[in-house]
Amino acid sequence: MGDLNIMLILPEIFLALTGMGFLMLGVFQGNRSTDVICWSACASFVIAAVLLMEGDWSTQYILNDMLVMDQFAGVMKLLILLGLIASLALSVQYLYQERIARFEYPVLVVFAGIGMMLMVSANNFLSLYMALELQSLALYVLAAFHRNSLRSGEAATKYFILGALSSGMLLFGISLIYGFVGSVDFITVQNTLANLPMIPPGVVVGMVFVLVAMAFKISAVPFHMWTPDVYEGAPTCVTAFFAIVPKIAALGLLMRLLFGPFAPAADQWMQILYFMSIASLVVGSFAAIAQDNIKRLFAYSSIGNMGYALIGIVAGTSQGVGAVIVFLFIYLAMTAGSFSIILFMRRNGIAVEKISDLSGFAKNNPVLAYSMAVLMFSMSGIPPLAGFFGKLFIFQAAIESELYVLATLGILASVVAAYYYLRIIKVMFFDDAADPFDEGMNFGKRVVLLVSMSLVFGFIFYPNTILDGAMIAATSLF
Amino acid sequence: METFINIGMTHFLILAGIIFTIGVFGIFLNRKNVIVILMSIELMLLAVNINFITFSAYLDDLVGQVFVMFILTVAAAEAAIGLAILVVFFRNKGSIAVEDLSEMKG
Repeated sequence: MGDLNIMLILPEIFLALTGMGFLMLGVFQGNRSTDVICWSACASFVIAAVLLMEGDWSTQYILNDMLVMDQFAGVMKLLILLGLIASLALSVQYLYQERIARFEYPVLVVFAGIGMMLMVSANNFLSLYMALELQSLALYVLAAFHRNSLRSGEAATKYFILGALSSGMLLFGISLIYGFVGSVDFITVQNTLANLPMIPPGVVVGMVFVLVAMAFKISAVPFHMWTPDVYEGAPTCVTAFFAIVPKIAALGLLMRLLFGPFAPAADQWMQILYFMSIASLVVGSFAAIAQDNIKRLFAYSSIGNMGYALIGIVAGTSQGVGAVIVFLFIYLAMTAGSFSIILFMRRNGIAVEKISDLSGFAKNNPVLAYSMAVLMFSMSGIPPLAGFFGKLFIFQAAIESELYVLATLGILASVVAAYYYLRIIKVMFFDDAADPFDEGMNFGKRVVLLVSMSLVFGFIFYPNTILDGAMIAATSLF
Repeated sequence: METFINIGMTHFLILAGIIFTIGVFGIFLNRKNVIVILMSIELMLLAVNINFITFSAYLDDLVGQVFVMFILTVAAAEAAIGLAILVVFFRNKGSIAVEDLSEMKG
């Protein structure tokens, strides 16, 4: 029996306890306490982040090798907590405006957050499955949170069906790996496979099933079909949450799998990811052109961004993984900032979500319009904004691994993607002015937008500090 | 005495494979009712359980059976949430036909 090392998952334990505390508070106080619980949940994420930073990040195993804590898990958990704080801070005002301010919302976000934090430190297929389901089950309910909206219900139904399908595939893959290797422990699987002259076909089939399930979770093409519908139908604050946080957790888990138990089968998974990366880049950039709904546009944008992240993974080096971590950090900042403005788009008390609704935004609200323009320039990768560096590091890693075709396609895709990002700017600045949006941007959205803008502008001053941190995290994975 | 049918690991795996395939096809080919999709999902998870139990028995390893317990528990939670979401959808739409899941396209 190994050591339990329970102190290393103190942030998760703390969040689980506070989550249950919020549930009790909600039971006794009802929906009157929604805003209190929302802001306390934000505060508890901050406390969890502090606990995480105070903890030991050297590689150690927890609960008899069920979980692992290393530099990579530490950095990914920090990113997840940042995303959780941002998305919850964005949500509060919207929940009240849409009259869906029920106390379950922050509680579900907390439990989904625990699931995501456990995902990135999974060290066993059993803990991987449990963490993934803890996250997914909370997310299904969040998608259906607007109970009286037909679209929300439909989005949740679609998300649930495809999510459950992907869990089934994941389990089938795990069962095959268990059968052919004889263990579900990541380290044992990796060592057993590394000592075999060739990878047994059963393990390869199992690995493909697991990869398909993970592709569903990060919405990589060809398993992306749920993304646009779910993003469009879910309440906008939930869309912001979906776009920011679960992607980080799922990519973290994918990287842990690929460079852990599946590392000996790198030749096999590289081809799959190579194809998925190209397909995501193409679909993400071309399908977004035809969209007129801004939430749907961001769905395709997130598919395209997953394509870039996959390039970094296919590079297969610690440099590539480091680039992916930096890319995710920047993606988080840009998406959170953009959604603070999308959530602001309301006319006469009703949320509007067409791109054409943004017309005249520059005249009616220049500060926000210029912020949105900067975020869109950053997303399309224009220097000296942060988005440029995210892509630059990815392409550098790809070139170092001699993936010239992928790097070239990535650059071409970002040129195509620039079209629809710039179209938003064109609508805001040059189209005939429409009625102004409702006034009143709350504290949470202002802070998120401010932090996001300062990251987008400030990244150029500290690129090496952040990149070095990501590299240290990446090396701990190999 | 040699038995007429000798049931080995392969037979169990083929059975699990067939049930899993029926589950996947049930999701994609079904054009009628969302409840059938929920049943198909359950079928997939049970096929996985057969796989785990088979491997557990033949590897003489308990982990597979422990895993099955976890899957059963999560499957129950998943079915509960799936039905709850379906109720929300039904209250707004008045139907649970698959073809009525068509508010959003593109």
